[in-house]
Formats: sequence, C-alpha cells, structure tokens
Amino acid sequence: MSDGAPTRAEYCAVACAEVFRGDGEVMASAFGTAPALGARLARLTFAPDLVLTDGDAALVDGAPPLGAPPESLVLESHMPYRRVFDVVWSGRRNLIMMASQIDRTGNQNISAIGDWARPRAQLIGVRGAPGNTVHHPTSYWVPNHSPRSFVEQVDVVSGVGYARAAAAGPSATRFHEIRAVISNLGVFDFATPDRVMRLASVHPGVTVDDVVAATGFELVVPDDVPETRLPTVEELDLLRTVLDPRGLRDREVPV
Amino acid sequence: MADKRMSLDELVGELESGMTLGLGGWGSRRKPMAAVRAILRSDLTDLTVVSYGGPDVGLLCAAGKVAKVVFGFVTLDSIPTDPHFRAARQAGRVEAMEVDEGMFYLGLLAASQRLPFLPTRAGLGSDVLRCNPQLRTVTSPYDDAEELVAMPALRLDAAVVHVNRADARGSGQLLGPDPFFDELFLGAADRRFVTTERVVATDELAAGGPLGSLCISRLLTDGVVETPGGAHFTACVPEYGRDEAFQRQYATAAGDPDAWAAFRTRFLDVDEPGYQAAVRAAAGERAASGGREGA
Repeated sequence: MSDGAPTRAEYCAVACAEVFRGDGEVMASAFGTAPALGARLARLTFAPDLVLTDGDAALVDGAPPLGAPPESLVLESHMPYRRVFDVVWSGRRNLIMMASQIDRTGNQNISAIGDWARPRAQLIGVRGAPGNTVHHPTSYWVPNHSPRSFVEQVDVVSGVGYARAAAAGPSATRFHEIRAVISNLGVFDFATPDRVMRLASVHPGVTVDDVVAATGFELVVPDDVPETRLPTVEELDLLRTVLDPRGLRDREVPV
Repeated sequence: MADKRMSLDELVGELESGMTLGLGGWGSRRKPMAAVRAILRSDLTDLTVVSYGGPDVGLLCAAGKVAKVVFGFVTLDSIPTDPHFRAARQAGRVEAMEVDEGMFYLGLLAASQRLPFLPTRAGLGSDVLRCNPQLRTVTSPYDDAEELVAMPALRLDAAVVHVNRADARGSGQLLGPDPFFDELFLGAADRRFVTTERVVATDELAAGGPLGSLCISRLLTDGVVETPGGAHFTACVPEYGRDEAFQRQYATAAGDPDAWAAFRTRFLDVDEPGYQAAVRAAAGERAASGGREGA
C-alpha cells in the first residue's frame, strides 16, 4: 500500500502538517482535505499535544481517519461554536483556512468577487477570517493556484494580511501571524523585510517558472528555492493506510 | 401559570413588516424553517434578517421578504453557498451588513446585556470596517490604550429559534451537540418565540436529557409553537439529520425559474402539514425511482 513515489497531494499534506510543527496544546482547525490530513499527520508524529476537533462540536482524542464514523471517535471535550470563540480569542488555536483569493501581502478573500456592494459573485461570507487572523496563527490552503486565486489585491479583505494589519495599528498586529500559504504548486511565507509573499519551496515536479507564471503578482523568489520536503516512510504509510485509504486527497489535488 | 402555546399563524401575526428579525440555528442546522415557511405565506415584507445564515435567508430572499441581511456567512453546509441569497446579492436586491461571525456573537451578547457595544479585535484591518462605515472603534481607557472595534448591539424586534423539546411555559431543551447562539438571539429580542419538535410536560424535560440540555429558560420566551419536523430540511439532531436529497432539490431548483416555480407550488404554497406531506411524498418518489433525484 505504501509503495510508489509520493504524489503531489501527499507533498501538500506534509507541507500542511509542517504548519503545526512546534505547537504545543493548541486547537488545530483545518479546512480542506490536505489541511485535514496535515493536522492529523502532525498530531500522530511531531506535534503529539495538538488538539483536533470532530468537525462538529467536540474535541477528539487521537487523529481519526477522514470520514471516520462518529461512533468511532473518542471525545475529550465539548466545543460548541460559542466556546470556539473563547479559544480563538485566547490565541490557543492554529488554523489553515482556504482562500478564494489571496494577495501579495497575505490578505485573503472568501466574501465576494467584484464590488462588495453588488458582487459579481457572492461567496460564503467573511466567516471568522477577520477575527482569526488578528488573534492566532493562520495559514491558507489553495488547491488551485492560478492568477485568479493569487491576485495583486483581493476584492474583499476577509483574512487580514501584513500591510493591512500594520496600517490598523498595534491592536491588530499584536497577535497577527500569517504563517504559510500552501498551494498545489508550492509553499509560501512572508519572511521578507517588507512582509510580502515569498516562494519558500516548490513541490517536486513543479518549476519556479511554473509558480511565477501561475501567480498574478510579483512574488519574491530567492536565488535558491528548495523542494518541499519528502514525506517520511512513516508519513506515507499513515496517509495511505490509516488516514486516507480511500484516496480523497487525490480528488482535491489530482495525481 | 402562563400557557405560551400558540400556532404558527399566531406567531406570524405578532410580526410586522419592517421588523428586524433574528433566526436561530447555524448554516443548514436547526433553523426555524416552519416559521420561515409561515412567513413566506404571509404578507410580511421589508424585513431585516439577522442570521448565522442558511436556507432561512435564501428562502426569505427568494420570496422578496428581505430588505437587509445581517450575516457573517450564508451557507447550506454541504453546499457552500445558498443560490437564492447569491442571486439576491448579485442583483443588488438586498442590503447587506457583513461582519465577522465572532463580531456577530458579540452584537447579540451586547444586545442581551443591554449594552451599546462590546469591544473586540475582530474586524481590525479587514474590509468589514470598510463595507460597514457605521462601525466605530473605541480606545481602551486603561494604560494599554488599545484601539478596538466597538461591535454595536444587534437589537432585534423579534427572534425565532427551533428546539427539540419545550414545555407550555416556554422552557426549551436542546438535545443536539451544539446550542449555537439561540439563547442570545432570544436575549437580544423584544418578542421571543420558540418552535419545537414536541411540547412536553415540564418534568419530562429534565427526564429527557442532562441538565445542560435545558438551555432556554422561560425567562427568554413569549411564545411556543409545536411543529414536528419544524427544522426540515436543515438538521435537528437527534430527531433527524439534514435532508441532503431534499436540500439538493432545493438548490437545483433555485437555478431555474420554471423548476423554482414548480418547487414553490409543491412545497411552499401549502400550509405546514401540506409541506410535511409533500416532503414525504417526494422522498417516496425518490425511493421508488431507485434513489435518482428529479426536480
């Protein structure tokens, strides 16, 4: 089952797991398949104190496989939405959200495309993105990297990026951190002097030129761009035989 | 002892056009859908709807009942967006106040506590402040001098929530995993209504679940309506999960005027017992056709 070279989806899952490295007892929230797998991988390997949710109103022990039946879960705490805000505002959370648009300074949009007053496309709404980003580390997962998703300036700032947080002042920057952006092409961070997006690694099989061509703004590209790290044998085995034996990850990021 | 039981029509009779109306639940979960359907049949209009939005918002927008929506999201959960809400926003047919879902919570909490606002970091730096120029910040009077968003109270003229059990005096019980913000919707409102799967004797409430499930006190309710299946097609755990097949039928029909007219005739231009009967008939047709879904 664990034969075969790692797939793109598996590199993405491991890149998502890395977002949780070094976390102690914080609540991991992860939207999308690769982030859900990443949080579980981290919990089972290098971040054993991480706290996962059941996707409903409870915290769970261990790291249940994707789609695990509710009766198989070991619940360890009641976490209804009202209490989730206590966790968000306390900062004891690390989150990977999705982004319909993301821009050069890390603003994210899940609200609307076009003019907010009368959008060309109404999306789900800002949800908790404004609050999440100014309270605890937030990362983004974009499974369809293109000039339409990586844009110069998002249409509606839902999740707050570095420049906007700085302009809003110390109350906005105090707990603000956009830790990483993971796409189907590579991993990105904001480790630049002016806090703009930098290419941190490319997934094997992707070139720097591919990434630059798929990005709708001027990306900071270091002279030497490493490849996203290989999944370990243990990680591949966990992904393939324990966490996602049905291969949902390959539907999100095709092989 | 006050007996707060009433009918759906009596509930709707207490609402007025132009009101600000809070609806409990979250997304496509435990929405007071029977009350929403009753509003669709009424001549109420020009409502401001305050909701952790799901198909309640979509249906009211489709029927032209809505002047303004106050929301952090509108979703059907298993379907990311509601097609009627999307269409209403894209056509500019409804005004919007879009805030972070935590700001929304604080707005209800402030209203419940009769405060003008509550401070929060949420919203700082985001377009929530640009899109809602009426929102203000406040500076901490202490040495930190932090500048925070002053989320204004979301005061409601009326609120409706749907619960698993209630007694005739308006104590409500929530047996599912998440009480959401129903208690705060009621606390924020002048007129407060609970619809319920079943009205039971008071002593059956505590016998039917842990003390923590008795989260709606009669201090918070003015009217109780027994309406089995009253959250359908949204989830009302443990009574029933979301009716995914029906929800798909709703979402698909919304995309086509003829299909929507047929959906409306069959499911919405009928009273609540008629709706429940039509839903059972549609489920029977799906089963008979081997699970294939028609319009």
